[in-house]
Amino acid sequence: MSSKLILCSYFRSSCSWRVRAVLLFKEIDYETKAINLVLDGGQQNSEEYKAINPNGTVPALIVDGQCLNESLAIIEYLEEVYPSPSVFPKDPIKRAQTRAIAQMIVSGIQPLQNLRVLQKVGDEKKGEWAVFWMTHGFKGVEKMLEKTSGKYCVGDEVTFADFSLVPQVYNAHRFGVDMSQFPNVVRINDELSKLPIFQESHPSKQPDCPADLR
Amino acid sequence: MSSKLVLCSYFRSSCSWRVRAVLLFKEIDYETKAINLVLDGGQQNSEEYKAINPNGTVPALIVDGQCLNESLAIIEYLEEVYPSPSVFPKDPIKRAQTRAIAQMIVSGIQPLQNLRVLQKVGDEKKGEWAVFWMTHGFKGVEKMLEKTSGKYCVGDEVTFADFSLVPQVYNAHRFGVDMSQFPNVVRINDELSKLPIFQESHPSKQPDCPADLR
Repeated sequence: MSSKLILCSYFRSSCSWRVRAVLLFKEIDYETKAINLVLDGGQQNSEEYKAINPNGTVPALIVDGQCLNESLAIIEYLEEVYPSPSVFPKDPIKRAQTRAIAQMIVSGIQPLQNLRVLQKVGDEKKGEWAVFWMTHGFKGVEKMLEKTSGKYCVGDEVTFADFSLVPQVYNAHRFGVDMSQFPNVVRINDELSKLPIFQESHPSKQPDCPADLR
Repeated sequence: MSSKLVLCSYFRSSCSWRVRAVLLFKEIDYETKAINLVLDGGQQNSEEYKAINPNGTVPALIVDGQCLNESLAIIEYLEEVYPSPSVFPKDPIKRAQTRAIAQMIVSGIQPLQNLRVLQKVGDEKKGEWAVFWMTHGFKGVEKMLEKTSGKYCVGDEVTFADFSLVPQVYNAHRFGVDMSQFPNVVRINDELSKLPIFQESHPSKQPDCPADLR
């Protein structure tokens, strides 16, 4: 690589958090370009940011002038270019399972509670909406984990799915979801949260985290 | 493989269609187990189906008694176990781009217009809701395609993203989205739709397609 990776990130974006955690897991050096999704009408909408990332979303990873978007696509890229340590088990079925759990979160939960969707749903209903969809989604994840989990989502090593689980549980707590109905999710999240990679990538540790939220 | 793959599929499920098309692309023999998402309170909710796939979703791929879920996880599994022909370009950046486009559809559009979400939104608002989110999502996809596309989504070969594009455009037409604002999406969809793999995997050609929709 001819220059350091740049991660366009918002401290509280769960999608950005997934990628931050993988970068730490793989010990890849990177620099943060903070993009505030709320201030200034949403900095992701600025001409300056859209010149870097026309899609105006975070996270985005800038690699030698190329801008990569979508957290799971970025993580798969990092796995291919920095294969060790790996975020995947060796067995193809277990690889499919860890990808499935990640997709259930990344497609089945987060898109239904992200900022722009809640803005569309409106202030009056957004709380109930977010809790409903997170509860629905975590029910499916919990079922998967009953089958696949060991210490972590799939077996006893940290894999692809774990990087999506922690940020989503954080969001669930923010919205007051009753997580006691998902014992495997809670157990695994507690284990993962002990790891430095999840502590250091936590929103409260990010350079753009406001002082009152540290 | 000791026995034929079984794909649990609904004729009109765009998620199922993605996997059907990849199975045809890779010339993998499979059998369809049709799951009707609407009849009988949704056959995916039956005890019989939940015994196979506790998550009660389609598609699901049954491989030697193991049930794999989530369309993109299934496709990545098929790529690993049946690597040729490949659904990915060789270059890591292009691989990231084709995965990103697929994710933009699979996380950014489809979850916001799937059956259960529209049921929650309610009959009065679901039409406008579906059109809004498909329009929003395709704007992002169109921007990506301006950069990445050749004959297809990424360059001139069929790749991972193309399998998500065709079913999503079909859904857009069903809901009356004005697709003329997305010229690259339309152009690429037209090209892909000429290919036998997309014609044979089309909802109207599925064993569970009702006679009046063939």
